[in-house]
Amino acid sequence: MQLESMYQDIILDHYRNPHHKGLRDPFDAEVHHVNPVCGDEVTLRVSLKDVNGEPVVEDVSYDSLGCSISQASASVMSDLVIGKPVAEAMTISQAFLELMQSKGSRVEGQPDEGLLEDAVAFVGVSKYPARIKCALLGWMAWKDATAQAMEVAQ
Amino acid sequence: MSSVHLDVEAVRADFPALARTVRNDKPLIYLDSGATSQKPVQVLDAVRSAYEQHNAAAHRGTHLLGEEATDLYEGARAKVAAFLAARPDEVVFTKNATEAVNLVAYALSAPGRLQVRAGDEVLITEMEHHANLVPWQQLCERTGATLRWLDVTPEGRLDTDDLDTMITGRTRIVAVTHQSNVTGTVPPVAEIARVAHEKGALVLADGAQSVPHQPVDVTTLGADFLVFSSHKMLGPYGIGVLFGRAELLEAMPPFLTGGSMIEVVRMEGSTFLPPPQRFEPGVPAIAEAAGLAAAVDYLTALGMDNVAAHEESLTAHALDALREIDGVRILGPDTTKDRGGAVAFEVDGVHPHDVGQVLDELGIAVRTGHHCAWPLHRALGVQASTRASFYVYNTHDEVDALADGIRYAQRFFGTG
Repeated sequence: MQLESMYQDIILDHYRNPHHKGLRDPFDAEVHHVNPVCGDEVTLRVSLKDVNGEPVVEDVSYDSLGCSISQASASVMSDLVIGKPVAEAMTISQAFLELMQSKGSRVEGQPDEGLLEDAVAFVGVSKYPARIKCALLGWMAWKDATAQAMEVAQ
Repeated sequence: MSSVHLDVEAVRADFPALARTVRNDKPLIYLDSGATSQKPVQVLDAVRSAYEQHNAAAHRGTHLLGEEATDLYEGARAKVAAFLAARPDEVVFTKNATEAVNLVAYALSAPGRLQVRAGDEVLITEMEHHANLVPWQQLCERTGATLRWLDVTPEGRLDTDDLDTMITGRTRIVAVTHQSNVTGTVPPVAEIARVAHEKGALVLADGAQSVPHQPVDVTTLGADFLVFSSHKMLGPYGIGVLFGRAELLEAMPPFLTGGSMIEVVRMEGSTFLPPPQRFEPGVPAIAEAAGLAAAVDYLTALGMDNVAAHEESLTAHALDALREIDGVRILGPDTTKDRGGAVAFEVDGVHPHDVGQVLDELGIAVRTGHHCAWPLHRALGVQASTRASFYVYNTHDEVDALADGIRYAQRFFGTG
């Protein structure tokens, strides 16, 4: 069975005990994203702060309905981006997108492993095209909300 | 329950896809016929033969192949008409059921005696597939008509208590499913049509989930229009059917225009052929029509009463098996009365995507999500569901495998 390769323990842990879940104030931008195929949805807020002229992700909070993959991914994503400069968080987001597009071909020990931390566990998901959107739902919402927050800041 | 006269093993031998294995070398257990059915070798042969032996544009060309292609295409129309107890000129070939609904919704917003105007009403239901919902929303946006709908009861039945007041003198058309693609519910289309006709409204029935699974006779159905798709009834993709009463089709302007549907074309303007050709522009899907005809032959040979009885027996088994699993809730009627073979359900604590993923690992193909019926899911208080849907080739052992698979998913996610 390959189920364990998709549903790694890290993913199931985040699914059962999601981090940073629940909408919080204050926030600079809020978005609502939906996966039209299955109806999974996420409402996500981003709060940025200025540190020496550089935008930094101060907080990410979200409320979501969806499968284990989408829930766990939002949880891992918020762990990864909170406290990071926006530019660095965007790099992580790009690395995650590439992981999802890897069709399971990615081998262990690649340089982005340190960057992605727990998110590396989603490599098994990339073998199942129907589930990639689940894993990306939270990340896409975060990117959108952050871009909007940056516009507001300007 | 009526007795079943259907040799499932003989049927299965006709479907090449059922002989293959899927993930983990498991045999395929295909429980997603509500999305699309598998195709028997008779249909595949008919499509191949059309391309190999009779490939030409229908209704054109003074050559033998052209005549044969035309005969195939018009022969398919006659076969589909006989299957429904309709006249051949009442059968329009479309791309699919979705296009058929759009064709009617477009015709009703174009100038003519059927034109829907501001202040008129269109009545649909909360249990519709998006294909029989969004085109009517769009019609109302174009015309200024008001969209109204019948609610769904918590049991997943159509609430027809207020039918007499919901259908008013301003209602121009009532569009209703003949079998829900989620709950399997079969609404009382004949009763709805009786009330609608008393008040001068037309009725369109969405037969995408009924025509493949039960005998449908347009002389007793009550609907003025009936739409369905070939690919859900053992036939090829890319062809569907609009049945319309002859005098209504006659009054309808063309939807898509171009070659094949014209009478005379001048630079100043054109006139159009009578139905059904008026609604079939361009070179038609001849091989697909031949495949659909072969599917109709296949189902006719089985007997639609036998098909319905077989599915009723599978559905009863599935309802019993799922009821026995703690944490599983069946959406919709929990008996087979006025209910077809689509069984949607929720598993406590396991999202439908995850249920579907586990079942896939076991070789069991089901549908997960909102099944293009988002408002129905909202009405039933769920975000999404898992759906098993049955057809002529499914067995009772496969129903048991589904139940075992659900239990396995519960164990895997620690809820069972």
